[in-house]
Amino acid sequence: MTAPDEKKPTAPDRREFLARCGQVALGGLFVIKCTPALADLVASDGADDIPEWAYAVDTTKCIGCGACMRACRAENNVPESQFRTWVERYEIRGDHAVRIDIASDENNATFLSNATPAAEAKDGRVKAFFVPKLCNHCETSVCVQVCPVGATFRTKDGVVLVDPEHCVGCGYCVQACPYSTRFINKETHTADKCTLCYHRITKGLLPACVQSCPVGARIFGNVKDPDSEISRVLRERRYTLLKPELGTNPRCYYIGLDMEVV
Amino acid sequence: MFEFVFPNDLNVTWSVMIVLYPYITGLVAGAFIVSSLYHLFGQEALKPVARFSLASAFVFLIFAPLPLLIHLGHPERAFNIMITPNFQSAMAGFGYIYTAYLIVVAIEVWLVVREDLIARARGTGPIALLCRAALLFNVRSTEATRAADHRAAKFLAGLGIPMACLLHGYVGFLFGSLKANPWWSTPLMLIIFIFSAIVSGISILVFHYMTISRINGWKLDRPCVRTMGKFLWGFMIIAVSLELLEVMSVAYKQTEEWEIIGKLIGDKLFWSYIVLQYLVFSLIPFFLLAANALFKLRLKVSNTVVFIAASMLLVQVILMRWNVIIGGQMLSKSGRGFTSYVPGIFEKEGLITAAIIFTAPFLILYLFHRVVPLFPVEAMQKKTA
Ligand code: SF4
Ligand code: SF4
Repeated sequence: MTAPDEKKPTAPDRREFLARCGQVALGGLFVIKCTPALADLVASDGADDIPEWAYAVDTTKCIGCGACMRACRAENNVPESQFRTWVERYEIRGDHAVRIDIASDENNATFLSNATPAAEAKDGRVKAFFVPKLCNHCETSVCVQVCPVGATFRTKDGVVLVDPEHCVGCGYCVQACPYSTRFINKETHTADKCTLCYHRITKGLLPACVQSCPVGARIFGNVKDPDSEISRVLRERRYTLLKPELGTNPRCYYIGLDMEVV
Repeated sequence: MFEFVFPNDLNVTWSVMIVLYPYITGLVAGAFIVSSLYHLFGQEALKPVARFSLASAFVFLIFAPLPLLIHLGHPERAFNIMITPNFQSAMAGFGYIYTAYLIVVAIEVWLVVREDLIARARGTGPIALLCRAALLFNVRSTEATRAADHRAAKFLAGLGIPMACLLHGYVGFLFGSLKANPWWSTPLMLIIFIFSAIVSGISILVFHYMTISRINGWKLDRPCVRTMGKFLWGFMIIAVSLELLEVMSVAYKQTEEWEIIGKLIGDKLFWSYIVLQYLVFSLIPFFLLAANALFKLRLKVSNTVVFIAASMLLVQVILMRWNVIIGGQMLSKSGRGFTSYVPGIFEKEGLITAAIIFTAPFLILYLFHRVVPLFPVEAMQKKTA
């Protein structure tokens, strides 16, 4: 639009003007669409240095103490009755009756009152275990797909994040996540969920939940590094994924899961 | 067995506002289709309500985004959806589809009422000036301009039908494409939404037209009411059958999902879904409208029958929206439990706000009518005793 016209037509040609408007509009769209892609290109320079974070939960180790829940709440200012991570308690009787509730994180004792009465095992035998839950940082994440404004995105190092400055708070991602790990934060009115403590891991620290687990049930690390604990665990142990049939490709691996776990 | 809810599922994220939004766009799509039945498909019997239905579609369309805005956590960022759209997301289309459709409907309304605006613009005073401005200060009216307006309006009526279906079908798609939720996730959702929209659109027109006529003591146009009743019957059969077929296929397949969906329908939604939505508000209007379409009823009887059926179907569609949207969120993604939801009355997204948003279009329609009549003169004749 700015280039001076050498021919200097006496009257502005309407058709030409419209065509130019169209070009400018298309150009604008191109810029809008290309900015993130360009940023990606820049970021992927020297891709080998970029870690690939993954998470594993060893359900055979978890003792349901809830230290992780408290650590997460404190570290990330998670409002009361909303959860970036939680620990489920399963009790399975001999006749397959299942009782599930949430291990208390003390700030949120409400959940225990929602629990069903303890399963009565006639023969007194009950299989019981704990399953910590958090965002799975899915590789083909539904939440990234459905966010209408692109506020939810997946970083090059494999973490799904929300830009709280850009999120409009529509809640579509909350509905779309099959694992219910998202919520609309009561205080910020934007989508919120586990970030793997991105502010910590990018400085070489562990996520708060991993750091605080007294038994090492939560394992985190770079799968590109063959010597990392996570690489070793994934090499040596048998694991499964949550709701694999939905095609979300979670990057959170569960060790020792029972079929009753949802 | 059925009592474990994921902790973040205890709160329902999409509230009454999100029930209201598809209800209103449904009315828009339905009312628009009625107007097109006349303008495009030559359903002469619908002439008395042709302009009224177009104006209703327009006015409801203006209010459609309001519940969405109220619901957003950050309404001030609403335009992000058009500035930085993520086209992978079905929702990203909303801004564009809505705007395009609004423009089409607005121009069609303008073309249809131009003659009346010209008549009003001839006088003096603020209203005349307003009308002149609305006409872009072009008050010429000849045989040729009228014919051109008519052609253009017809073209837009045609263009508007796929757009109306898109605007509303896309809401259905938005729910139907969420694989995380077994109560929503079905490709049929899109079609179900379109047909229920048409049902609600015709119903609101019947309800509103008959109420206005009653208040003003106008003579009701009998063929018009009967035709609308017939269309309503046809469309409601399709809508309700589709809704039923969807549930029946899930029930028959007896997949893992049925375990929880069966519980949802049979227990949590028993009253609002089975009893109210189907047994009361679908079955009764079905018989009433069948009577209207198949028998030669006495004038008064048939009018009453259509009126009651339309009023009931208005409730049926809102029940359907409620059962889909709230019902879907009562179901925890754990697949093992339900949460509950009771709408607030005074809160930001509560029932009073919903009532205000729903009443506003009627007031605007009234003002509209004060400037440009919504009905042709024939339709506004007083009943001679
Ligand atoms: S678990 Fe949910 S929020 Fe996390 S990446 Fe997967 S879909 Fe997104
Ligand atoms: S709530 Fe925010 S992050 Fe989630 S889909 Fe809406 S805009 Fe995107």
